[in-house]
Amino acid sequence: MNRFGYTRASDVGEAVHAAANGDAAQFIAGGTNLVDLMKERIAAPSRLIDITRLPLRAVKSLPDGGLEIGALVSNSEVASHPEVVSRYPLLSQAILAGASPQLRNMASTGGNLLQRTRCYYFYDAALPCNKRAPGSGCPARDGVNRIHAILGASEHCIAVHPSDMCVALAALAATVHVTGPAGARAIEFAEFHRLPGDAPERDTTLQPGELVTAVALPREGFAAHSTYLKVRDRHSYAFALVSVAVGLRMVDGTIGEARLALGGVAHKPWRDPTAEALLRGQKPDDALFAAVGEHLVRDARGCGHNDFKIALVRRAVVRALQQAVAGGPRA
Amino acid sequence: MTTGKTGEPHDRVDGRAKVTGQARYAGEFTAPDLVHGFVVGSAIARGKIVRIDAAEALALPGVLQVYTHENTPRLAWRDRSWRDMVAPGGSPLRPLHDAEIRFSGQPVALVIAESFELAREAAGLVKVDYEAAPHETRLAEVESEAHEPARGKKGYTPPPKPRGRADEALAAAPVRVEATYEHPPLHHNPMEPHATTVIVEADGSLTIHDKTQGVSNSRDYVCKVFGLASDQVRVVTPFVGGGFGSGLRPQYQLFLAVLAARELRRSVRVVLSRQQMFTIGYRPWTRQRVALGAERDGRLCALIHEAVGNTSRFEDYCENVVPWSGVLYECPNTRLEYGVAALDLYTPIDARAPGAVTGLWALESAIDELADALDIDPLALRLKNYAEEDQDHRRPFSSKALRDCYREGAARFGWHRRTLAARSMREGALQIGWGMATGIWEAQQAPSQAKALLTVDGRLHVASASGEIGPGTYTIMSQIAAEQLGLPLAAVRFELGDTALPPAMIQGGSATASSVGSAVLAVCRALQHTLLKLAQALPDSPFGGRTLADVEFVDRGLRLRSGVAPAVPLAAIMRHAGLGSIAEQATAIPDLARQSRYTSNAHSAVFVEVAVDEALGTVTVRRVVSAVAGGRILNPKTARSQILGGVVWGIGMALEEHSMLDHGLGRFVNHNLGEYHVPVHADVPAIDVVFVEERDDVVNPLGVKGLGEIGIVGVAAAIANAVFHATGRRIRELPITLDKLL
Ligand SMILES: Cc1cc2nc3c(=O)[nH]c(=O)nc-3n(C[C@H](O)[C@H](O)[C@H](O)COP(=O)(O)OP(=O)(O)OC[C@H]3O[C@@H](n4cnc5c(N)ncnc54)[C@H](O)[C@@H]3O)c2cc1C
Repeated sequence: MNRFGYTRASDVGEAVHAAANGDAAQFIAGGTNLVDLMKERIAAPSRLIDITRLPLRAVKSLPDGGLEIGALVSNSEVASHPEVVSRYPLLSQAILAGASPQLRNMASTGGNLLQRTRCYYFYDAALPCNKRAPGSGCPARDGVNRIHAILGASEHCIAVHPSDMCVALAALAATVHVTGPAGARAIEFAEFHRLPGDAPERDTTLQPGELVTAVALPREGFAAHSTYLKVRDRHSYAFALVSVAVGLRMVDGTIGEARLALGGVAHKPWRDPTAEALLRGQKPDDALFAAVGEHLVRDARGCGHNDFKIALVRRAVVRALQQAVAGGPRA
Repeated sequence: MTTGKTGEPHDRVDGRAKVTGQARYAGEFTAPDLVHGFVVGSAIARGKIVRIDAAEALALPGVLQVYTHENTPRLAWRDRSWRDMVAPGGSPLRPLHDAEIRFSGQPVALVIAESFELAREAAGLVKVDYEAAPHETRLAEVESEAHEPARGKKGYTPPPKPRGRADEALAAAPVRVEATYEHPPLHHNPMEPHATTVIVEADGSLTIHDKTQGVSNSRDYVCKVFGLASDQVRVVTPFVGGGFGSGLRPQYQLFLAVLAARELRRSVRVVLSRQQMFTIGYRPWTRQRVALGAERDGRLCALIHEAVGNTSRFEDYCENVVPWSGVLYECPNTRLEYGVAALDLYTPIDARAPGAVTGLWALESAIDELADALDIDPLALRLKNYAEEDQDHRRPFSSKALRDCYREGAARFGWHRRTLAARSMREGALQIGWGMATGIWEAQQAPSQAKALLTVDGRLHVASASGEIGPGTYTIMSQIAAEQLGLPLAAVRFELGDTALPPAMIQGGSATASSVGSAVLAVCRALQHTLLKLAQALPDSPFGGRTLADVEFVDRGLRLRSGVAPAVPLAAIMRHAGLGSIAEQATAIPDLARQSRYTSNAHSAVFVEVAVDEALGTVTVRRVVSAVAGGRILNPKTARSQILGGVVWGIGMALEEHSMLDHGLGRFVNHNLGEYHVPVHADVPAIDVVFVEERDDVVNPLGVKGLGEIGIVGVAAAIANAVFHATGRRIRELPITLDKLL
């Protein structure tokens, strides 16, 4: 029994207030990640603020043509929502590539953003880990690092962000809406998750007590030419070794606009605008795609077991771009 | 009404109890005074505990005690007392015995508290300071120090002596292949974690619900270690949520739960966490070298198979990895060798088809390599070298329908449509590969007893202290009994998993159907005898002067085989004799004199189709046909389930499973089911199971060979061979993850 207080919040203000008042308070939504972390003694919140009663369950069309998804909309609901399926199939595919139906039914949009890494060492409370116990060291670097980062890692941490949904949200350039003690603000998706640097204990740029209230998608959903390709160690129910989210706008056989984000390679969904620029205005062809893949891994570095991810990114990028041009994974 | 005939596909008689939660497992039994234990495991792989501070844990209200090596009473001091029935040679682990650390995760403390959650929290507060010593967990580093295993492990047979001159024959062979094969340590990962509930009875005796494959093994261990008389300890385990060998030996939670229960005089439950399931036994890490020499026509002239498996520093776990290579193919010159090498890990333990899974992965890969070198169809090569007798023991097989397995399996699979060359079958962007392999497992029988009580209301209660780890033991034993006495299946209740019942063999080695089944058969025969005798005393008995061969038990009655008269109800026979019930007990002992004149094995032929996405390295198993010759099939439904489970595990072994060691820490690190991958539905294709029936009156009176292990043997090689056929790449180190194919 890890002792903790429990507060059930009934509105956003109350939730934020409760969070601000407990120094180690944490929100709980679906609990599919946090409860496990508590059982393994990786998270030890002094108070849980149950946010599941908050009115954050709507999926709304926005005046600018975008779509807003409340923080408590479940992963299953997002994946099957008609607006998402028709206008943002990339998001739907990415969510369905993750976890299991049972987990997706419980998992919330906000919780998915904030799920923590699956690094073996982070998950073993008997071992050092800078993310779990800052300053204790990172055994992954010289240890078993098959699933670890090849881009943007630091000497302190080579963990990767495990979410599939977030890779699609990065490619779609979503915005995260949050409310905290200092009021509401919007965070561009690329700024939401952070690289480990010398503070790997921080996964995101959220300030203490800030609550995610919604995720907003811009109007462009790349519905006609998008794909989510997930490469993993088994055919379902495994985290990505490498994943690629691609959205293209094709104009007369030419790539008018391109979005590309990688999962499984870094501490955050990896979006590289210079790689997207290589595609813009070009005719799709395999040599171009290979060049984009090459460009994406130009600064990649493996730690041994994960070296293969560099080659895998090159290949997966080519495949994903081919699929997107063709219209999607099944085409 | 379901008749209880053997050979018919019956649902599990315990199926409903299982799916409705009525079946109780070791960690589900309870008592009013129950308290809970949580284990603290060592963070280092080798060294010493210099200090344990449990003050913070003990300060939590509701924490009763923390046991460490400092306050655990001294118990039995001879190794012999700690050695269980199936222990390998060496000095078994004595939990909380001293300050020495022998492997990462070794229990160093047990916290007892009023609730599981509290015990778990308190466990996190126990502070342990270590003095670490250098450890070694890399097999390659110790391989050269491999030694012959110490004697003592039941079922282990040292490799046979060399036949002919294998090395010279190899050097002279016109065609040669030689390679090294390896697979990592593999944990069993049953659904049910290891757990023990010890209930302290009013008279001070202990009723123990332990996750075990052999209740008497647990009972004897507890008695010897704690110095208790056997009537003070009763072990009751009606259900096991998957054993696969992990429950053959008492695991440390049994010791710890009994320790605490005796010290506190309270009922105690200790359940291991999933992470802790990676601190008990596993299939050992093994490296094997196989060299084959052949004539140009494919006839084998030399076979060398050398294997080294890991063990711990304190016990010599060993298994029969190489002997199969001397039995499966005809070859005049063979040399088979096996050794074990010690690492700073816990002792491995038998895992489904121990040894055979390992040996056949290498042998059947090598045979495929030879077929490729010879440009011969891999199945044709196997048929060319088919062994008609056991050359190592110079004796015939009691039965061997492997040829039929090859034929049936190949026909079902469509093997003749395979094109010979690697990379010759494509489907769009996918490379298709067809591979096959042979499986083999030993048919065994061990002494077992059973008792039976037939009551005048037509119910039959049969019991034996066997286990039920999931193969369908309750069901087939009920079928055997129902068939023998002509009763409907529902009239029979089979009871097992209790040391108060007549002793039975430990459930392992695929020998339960054979051993316990023979005991059930024997006790039913005893009932038949008694019933016939009583029937002969009926007025105007038609059975006078008749023997059991002349009569049959059908429709709850007895009748002459030859006659047309309706059966005389068993109830009428008993009532006439003034009996409310008849009780019998019987022992089935293997006919060793006869059995030892033969070699008895179950066989299989496994055919696999894979599709490889070469750009991404991903492998999909698309089809599996497993043709099995396992003697008589008592229940095709539960039999098929055994093979399905074996094939699925084989897919896992080939493509996914890997207990990953961090050698710097000397610790398994992917110790959860999120990161230790086992096949999920999406990885498992349609599996076609074919049974080739065999008649074998040598193996045991039932003619069964056992099906628990054969299903997994050969699967990994068949998949690796299919991957080679698809891609032209030979992967000799399992699992075949995508990085190896990029
Ligand atoms: C076995 C398993 C397999 C999985 N496989 C995959 C996979 O393949 N791909 C994948 O992407 N995911 C996978 N997941 C992860 C799953 O997607 C996450 O657990 C889930 O999305 C978390 O959502 P939740 O609502 O349950 O979060 P919770 O567990 O409730 O919370 C997680 C974190 O988010 C915080 N939080 C929750 N809501 C808010 C909010 N509104 N504002 C601020 N903070 C908040 C909590 O404080 C906590 O720190 C898997 C999980 C499991 C257990």
